[in-house]
Amino acid sequence: MAEFWSGFLLPLIIIVLKILAIVVPLLVAVAFMTYAERKIMGAMQLRQGPNIVGPFGLLQPFADGLKLFAKEQILPVGANRVVFYLAPMLTFFLALVAWAVIPFDYGMVLADINVGILYLFAISSLGVYGIVMAGWASNSRYAFLGALRSAAQMVSYEVSMGLVIISVLLCVGSLNLTKIVQAQETIWFAIPLLPMFVIFFISALAETNRSPFDLPEGESELVAGFMVEYSSAPFALFFLGEYANMILMSAMTSILFLGGWLPPLPFAPFTWVPGPIWFALKIAFCLFVYVWVRATMPRYRYDQLMRLGWKVFLPFSLLWVVLTAGVLVTFGWLPK
Amino acid sequence: MAFLDRAARSLFLTELLGGLGLTLRYMFKPKVTLNYPFEKGPISPRFRGEHVLRRYPGGEERCIACKLCEAVCPALAITIEAEPREDGSRRTTRYDIDMTKCIYCGYCQEACPVDAIVMGPNFEFSTENREELFYNKQKLLANGDRWEAEIAQNLAAEAPYR
Repeated sequence: MAEFWSGFLLPLIIIVLKILAIVVPLLVAVAFMTYAERKIMGAMQLRQGPNIVGPFGLLQPFADGLKLFAKEQILPVGANRVVFYLAPMLTFFLALVAWAVIPFDYGMVLADINVGILYLFAISSLGVYGIVMAGWASNSRYAFLGALRSAAQMVSYEVSMGLVIISVLLCVGSLNLTKIVQAQETIWFAIPLLPMFVIFFISALAETNRSPFDLPEGESELVAGFMVEYSSAPFALFFLGEYANMILMSAMTSILFLGGWLPPLPFAPFTWVPGPIWFALKIAFCLFVYVWVRATMPRYRYDQLMRLGWKVFLPFSLLWVVLTAGVLVTFGWLPK
Repeated sequence: MAFLDRAARSLFLTELLGGLGLTLRYMFKPKVTLNYPFEKGPISPRFRGEHVLRRYPGGEERCIACKLCEAVCPALAITIEAEPREDGSRRTTRYDIDMTKCIYCGYCQEACPVDAIVMGPNFEFSTENREELFYNKQKLLANGDRWEAEIAQNLAAEAPYR
C-alpha cells in the first residue's frame, strides 16, 4: 500500500496539481485577454469598451462566459454528431496540451523534453484538424468553405514558420526550449534575426487565424466560417481554444526571439524581477501587438494571402536560413 | 529608381508601420463615446419624441376634439371619440395613440390648433410588451403633466419659426 502511495498516487497528485497550476492561470488569462482586446480596440477606435460589469467592466468576461454556457446547444440536422462535438474539444485540448513544454523559468517546466520545439510545432499544426473537423461535420457551406480556407492557410504559413524555426535552431544547436532561452543570454534573437522575427510574428497571426488573416471566419463573407453552426458550450470551447492558441503563439514568440524568462538587460533593477514575470510581460506585449494589428489592418484577400505565404515568405525565409548558416560557418560561430 | 523606392518601402513595411503608428496615437486620444445611460447628448427643441396631451395652466385640458390630428395621421395611429360635456363644451371621451403604429412624423402636433397634442423630448419609453404601447387619454395626460415644463420651454423656443 505504501508503495502504491509513494510510487504511483503521490506522483500522480503532484503532476495533476502542476497541470492545474498551468491551466487555471491560463484560462484566467484567456478570459482577461478577451476583455483586454475589447478595451484596447475600443480605445483605438475612440470608444470606451466594456465598462458596466464590475469595476471598469473587469467582470465582463465572466458575464460573457456565463451567458454562453446558459444558451441552448443546437445540433444541425445534417451534422455528424460525434465529429461535431469532437471538433471543439480537440481544438481546446490541443491549445492546452502544448503548454506542457513551455518553460516559465529555468527548470520551471512540466516536461523538459529535448525536442520541445518540434512538439510545439507539431501541436500547433494539429490545431487545423479541429477546424477542418468542425467545418466538415457542420454540413454547412459556410463552415465548409471556412475549413477549406483554414487548412490551406495553415499549411502555407507553417512552411515558412518551420524555416524561421530552423534559422533559430541553427543559432542554438538544440531543440530544447530551455536551451533556446539560455542561448539568448548575450542577445535576444529578435535583434540579429529581426526579419525572421517579423516573418514569424506574421505567420503566427496567420496560424491563429487572427486578423488580417482571419479568412476562415471572415464575418463579412462566411458569416462566422467554420464555427457558424456552433452555439453555447462548444462555441465557448472554440473561443477559449482560439485565444489560448494566441497566448501559446505569443509564448513561442517570446521563447524563440524575446529571450523567454530572461530580463531585457542582465543587471540590477531588471534582475530583481523574477523570470516568470518577465515571461508574462513578454507574452502580454505580443498579445497587445496581436490586438493592435487587428485594430489596424483590413482583411487580406484570399489570393493575396496565398501570394504572401508562398511567393514572399517562403523564398525570403529560405534565403535567410542559408544566410544564417553561411554566417555561422564563415565566422566559426556554430554552437558546439 | 522608382522600382528600388517601391521595393524598399514594401521590404521595410513602412506603410504597415505607419498604420500601426496611427492607431497607437488614436489609442491615447480622448474617447468620443457618451456613456449613454449616465450621460446624454443634447436634444433639439424640435425633437419628436413621446406624445403628450397638455392642459391649460388652470388644469383644463386643451384638446377640443376637433379630430384634425386623427385626420392627418398618415399611420392611422390616433383614435378619437368625442361627446359634449355637461357644461356644453366639446371634449374627447377617448383619445388613443397606438405607439407601435406611430411613425413620429409630427403632423398631429402641426395640425393641432390649440397645442394640445405635442411630441415631447422623451425617447426612453420602451416597454417589455406591445400592450403597454397602446396609449390612452389618461396616459397621455399624465405624460403632459410630467413633461409640461420642458415642453413649454421648447414651444417657446420654436414659436418664432412657426
